Amino acid sequence: MSLMKDIDMQDDFVEVPLDRMRACPQCDALYHLQPVQPRERAACKRCGTVLIAPRAFAFTRIIALSVAALILLTIALFTPFLDLSAAGMHSNASIWDTAMAFSDGMMAPLSIAVVAFIIVIPALRLGLIVYTLVPLARGRPAGIHAAGAFRLAEALRPWSMAEIFVIGVAVALVKIAGMASVTPGIAFWSFCILVIMMIWQDSFVDREQVWSALHRGSRTANTA
Amino acid sequence: MSERILTAREAGLVACTRCGLVHTPRTQNCTRCGAPLVSRDRHSLQRVWAWWIAGLIVYIPANLYPMLLTNTLGTRTRSTILGGVVELWAHGDLPVALIVFAASIVIPVGKFLAIAFLAMSINKRRFMSVHAQHRLFEVVEFIGRWSMIDVFVVAILASLVQFSFVASINPGIAAICFALSVIFTMKAALAFDPRTIWDD
Ligand SMILES: [Zn+2]
Ligand SMILES: [Zn+2]
Repeated sequence: MSLMKDIDMQDDFVEVPLDRMRACPQCDALYHLQPVQPRERAACKRCGTVLIAPRAFAFTRIIALSVAALILLTIALFTPFLDLSAAGMHSNASIWDTAMAFSDGMMAPLSIAVVAFIIVIPALRLGLIVYTLVPLARGRPAGIHAAGAFRLAEALRPWSMAEIFVIGVAVALVKIAGMASVTPGIAFWSFCILVIMMIWQDSFVDREQVWSALHRGSRTANTA
Repeated sequence: MSERILTAREAGLVACTRCGLVHTPRTQNCTRCGAPLVSRDRHSLQRVWAWWIAGLIVYIPANLYPMLLTNTLGTRTRSTILGGVVELWAHGDLPVALIVFAASIVIPVGKFLAIAFLAMSINKRRFMSVHAQHRLFEVVEFIGRWSMIDVFVVAILASLVQFSFVASINPGIAAICFALSVIFTMKAALAFDPRTIWDD
């Protein structure tokens, strides 16, 4: 991170057109947009929120990492997750079994929530991001409802809990270590790599970069 | 704060909290990302308190009822959230006991206190500087989701440990209460309009 330098955004508003202004989403401080180079960051002077942090080839990298994560998620769904053996008995659970642990009776809503948090929402976010960025990376007009798709992906961000699930698995393994031996399966490892991919992918996402590209993309679509 | 900072609101404008673009007042939706625009969300605190109370109501049974029902050779044990931490501690798994203790007790309780404090002291500076309030809000928003660890642990144990009568683990009613409590307090934190912290 030492390569990044913080740059100031000017705050001289005399005759600044509206579309050259940005406000901090956290504290509403107003700034005059300045060009920010890849690996530089513009942060809010007042509250420190990073406002703009573009990366070179960001869209291509985000798409590649998202597709890789989606493939790993598919593998994780259809391969063994954990294998438990104790006193000559075997038991194994796939990720699907884990999510369905609450599926009977009044616990069913919890099963739906777990499926959503660890499978559906992460997959949906990745899909929406790929849908939004693929045309933009190729310099084509943005897809239909691309703005809505990216807005939904952003709104779902706190509800995507794959990384929390991985820590949960680690805790569960320690809890049963005393009573049985557990062997992690292919799904376990693909899930761990998938979480790293998702965190890495997220580090390339700069909202200003995406929204300005989307805006340009939709304007070319309108004039074409 | 050495220099005066102009906000979009003071400039007579309204900013989009999703993408940062600035608009003239009375614009309904952001022209770039389509998000609805409000200069300040006047009902924000009302929603924060509603979610906060809902979260607290379900947090009580989450602690009183069992989280895990363990059955080993016909012996049934029920462990509550706190009981589970004590058990891990007694086994000598200190780091894991601390993770679970943090995720299922320290974070939820701390979050209830922090959200209540922020909701009561928003744009008052009696106890904390505005920077400290903002920092607290960021921490609450970031850390709240991690409480879900315990729910996932229960799900994993319940799906894995199923050796019919020899040993089985089943989720208790507290699991659903605890999950709801985490969801409700996340909604409470998301209902905040952090811009109001900075308003004078
Ligand atoms: Zn700010
Ligand atoms: Zn916007």
